[in-house]
Amino acid sequence: MKGNFIDNLPKVYGIYTGGFIGFIIIMAIAEQMGMTAKAIGIAFVAFTVFIYALIGWLSRTAQADAYYVAGRQVPTVFNGMATAADWMSGASFVAMAGGIYFKGYGYMALLVGWTGGYVLVASLLAPYLRKFGCYTVPDFIGTRYGGNLARFSAVVVLTVASFTYVTAQINATGTIASVALDIPFQYAVYVGLISILLCSMLGGMRGVTWTQVAQYIVLIIAYLLPVFWISNKMGAGFFPHFMLADEVARIGELEQQFGFVKNAAADLKSVPKGLAGITKAHSAVNATPWAFISLALAMMMGTASLPHVMMRYFTTPSVKAARKSVGWSLFFIFLLYSSAPMLATLSKLSLIDPNLPTGIIGKTFAEVEAIDWYQNWNQANLMFISDFNGNGTLELNEFFMGGKAVVLATPEIAGLPYVISGLVAAGGMAAAMSTADGLILAIANAISHDVYYKIIDPKAETAKRLLVARVLLVVIGFAGATIAAMEIQGILGSVIWAFDFAMSGLFFPLVLGVWWKRANRQGAVAGMLGGLIAGAWYLIWVRTGGSGFLGITQLTFGIFGSAVSLVLMVVVSLMTAEPDKATQKMVDDVRVPSGKTILGKSH
Amino acid sequence: MSNQQKHWEKTRGLLFITLAIWFVFSIGIFLFGAEMNEVTGPFGYPWTYWFTCQGSLGAFVILIFWFANRQEKIDEEFGFSEREDE
Repeated sequence: MKGNFIDNLPKVYGIYTGGFIGFIIIMAIAEQMGMTAKAIGIAFVAFTVFIYALIGWLSRTAQADAYYVAGRQVPTVFNGMATAADWMSGASFVAMAGGIYFKGYGYMALLVGWTGGYVLVASLLAPYLRKFGCYTVPDFIGTRYGGNLARFSAVVVLTVASFTYVTAQINATGTIASVALDIPFQYAVYVGLISILLCSMLGGMRGVTWTQVAQYIVLIIAYLLPVFWISNKMGAGFFPHFMLADEVARIGELEQQFGFVKNAAADLKSVPKGLAGITKAHSAVNATPWAFISLALAMMMGTASLPHVMMRYFTTPSVKAARKSVGWSLFFIFLLYSSAPMLATLSKLSLIDPNLPTGIIGKTFAEVEAIDWYQNWNQANLMFISDFNGNGTLELNEFFMGGKAVVLATPEIAGLPYVISGLVAAGGMAAAMSTADGLILAIANAISHDVYYKIIDPKAETAKRLLVARVLLVVIGFAGATIAAMEIQGILGSVIWAFDFAMSGLFFPLVLGVWWKRANRQGAVAGMLGGLIAGAWYLIWVRTGGSGFLGITQLTFGIFGSAVSLVLMVVVSLMTAEPDKATQKMVDDVRVPSGKTILGKSH
Repeated sequence: MSNQQKHWEKTRGLLFITLAIWFVFSIGIFLFGAEMNEVTGPFGYPWTYWFTCQGSLGAFVILIFWFANRQEKIDEEFGFSEREDE
C-alpha cells in the first residue's frame, strides 16, 4: 500500500485540489442563498482543519525512520510543496503584503532575503546533509564533530531559534481562529494548538509532510485567487504581475500630490496600538544600500541555518532529489512572494486614489464613516481615521491601518463576495499551522533523538523513543501556546529574531562541517555557543538603549553573532588538534553522492 | 590527484560560480539601488523595484535548477552519481 500511495500522489492531491475548489463553489452558492458570513468563516476553517487532522491520522506510524524523516521517500516536487508550506508562515501570508504596503523598498529586503537563502541551502548544505543520513540537524553536528557537548550545543541553538519562531506561529493561528470562529484569543490559541498537534503527533514527519502538501494547496489558492480577482475587478490588468506598472507609477504620483505630512506626536497618541499610516514611498528606494543588504543577508544566512527547513531535505529519496527539491521549494515560494507586492500595490491604490470608487482619501469623514467595510475593520481594530487638521476631509496622514488588513480586508474593500474572506482565513490558518508543525517537530525531534536517545538512554527501544518524542511534542506545543497567549511581541519581529538566532549559532558550524575538513569539535562548540551568546548580547544591548555599531540593528544582530561565530570557530579549530582520520574520511564520503549514508537507515 | 579530489575541485568551482551569481542578484545590484530605480525596466516597472518583487526571486529559482543540473553532470563525469537501487 505504501509504495502505491507514493505512486498515486499526483492523483490523490489532484482529487483533493478538485474537492477543495468544489467546496469553495458550494460555499459561494451557500452565500448567495443567505448563509451568514460568520457561518462561512467557521465552515472554511473547520473543514480544512478536519482534512488535515484526517491526513495526520492516516499517516500514523510506529517506525523511527517514518516518524523522523517520513521514510525518506517524499518525491521532489511534493517535498517542494511541503517545504514551501513549512517555510511560509503566518507572517508571510498575513503580514508580508502589509509590510510592503507600509515600508516599501526597505521592507522588500525580506523578499530577497527569504528567497536568496535557498541558493545557499542548495549549494552549501542540503545535498550533503541528505547524504549524511541524519534525522535531525544536531544529529549532523553531533556525528561530524563528535561528542555530546557539540550535539547538545546544537540542540540549544535550535531550541532558542525555533522556539522564538513558534510562539509567533501559534499566536497567528490563534488570531485567525479567534476571528473565524468568533471566540476569545486566549482560547483560540489552544484551538489552534490542538489542530497543529493533530497533524503531527501520530505520524511525526510523515504526517507533517502530507498535511503540509495539503496546506500548501489551500494557502496558494487562498492567496492567488483574490489577487487576480481584485486586479481584474479594478481593471488594473488581467495578469497583475506583468501589468501593474501604471498602478505603481500612479501611486508615485499620488504620493507627490499628497506629500508625506508628519503627524504631531500628540496626535499620534490617539491612534490605536499596532496601526500605522503610509509614511514611506511605495516604489522609490527609501533605504540605504547597507540597510537593505544587511537585512537581506541576515535573512539569507538565517534561512540556511533554520533546522525546520533543513530537515525537510532529509526526507527525499536521494541526494540528487534533495538538490532539485530545493529548486521546487523556491519555485512554490516564489508564486506567493511575487504576488505580495502586487497585492500591496492594488490595496494601496484602491484606498488612496480619489478617482477610484473605493478611494477614501479626499472624502469627508462623514462619508468614510458611513462605509460598511470601514465600520467592520474599524471595529476589528484594524482601521482608524482622525481629523487632525480639522478640515473635515480625510488626508493621507489621517488614515491608519493594521498590517494584517492588507491581506484580510482588501477583498472586502474591492467588493469581492465574503466567501473569499473565508478562503483567506483558511489560507492564513494553513500557513501558520504548517510552519508551527514543522517547528514544534524540529524541537521535539532534536530533544527526543539527540538529548534523550543519543545522550541519556542510547539503549531505548523504538516504541519508547517515539513515546518520548510525542510527549515532548505536546509539552513544547503547550509551552509555546502559553507564551503566545501572553502576546509579548508582534508576529513579524519575533520571526526575524529567529533567523538571527539561527544564523548566529548554526550557520558556520554547519557550512564548515562540510566545506572545511580542518574544523574540529572545539572550534564548533566555541562557534555555536560563542555565536549565540554574542548575538543575544547584541540584541539585549540594542534593546536596552545601546547604540549598536556598523548599522547593525536589532533585526540584523545575526550578522554580528555569526561573525563572532566564524572567528571563534576558525581560531579555536586552528589552535587545537585537527580531526582524526576517521572524521576526515567521513567528510570525504559526505562530499560524494554515491555510496551509503554516513548514519544507518535506522539509527 | 585522485578521482575524488578532482571531483571535489570541480564541485568547489561550481560553488564559487553559483555564489558569484547569487551575490550579484542578492547584494550587488542593491548597491546601486537608487541609480537603477531611475530607469524603466521589464513590464514598465522601475528596475530596482522590479528586481525586489520578481527579478531577483526568479533568478534564484533558475539558478538553483541550473546548479542542480551542473552538479549532476559533475557527479556523473567522475562516476559518483547515485545508483537507483541505493
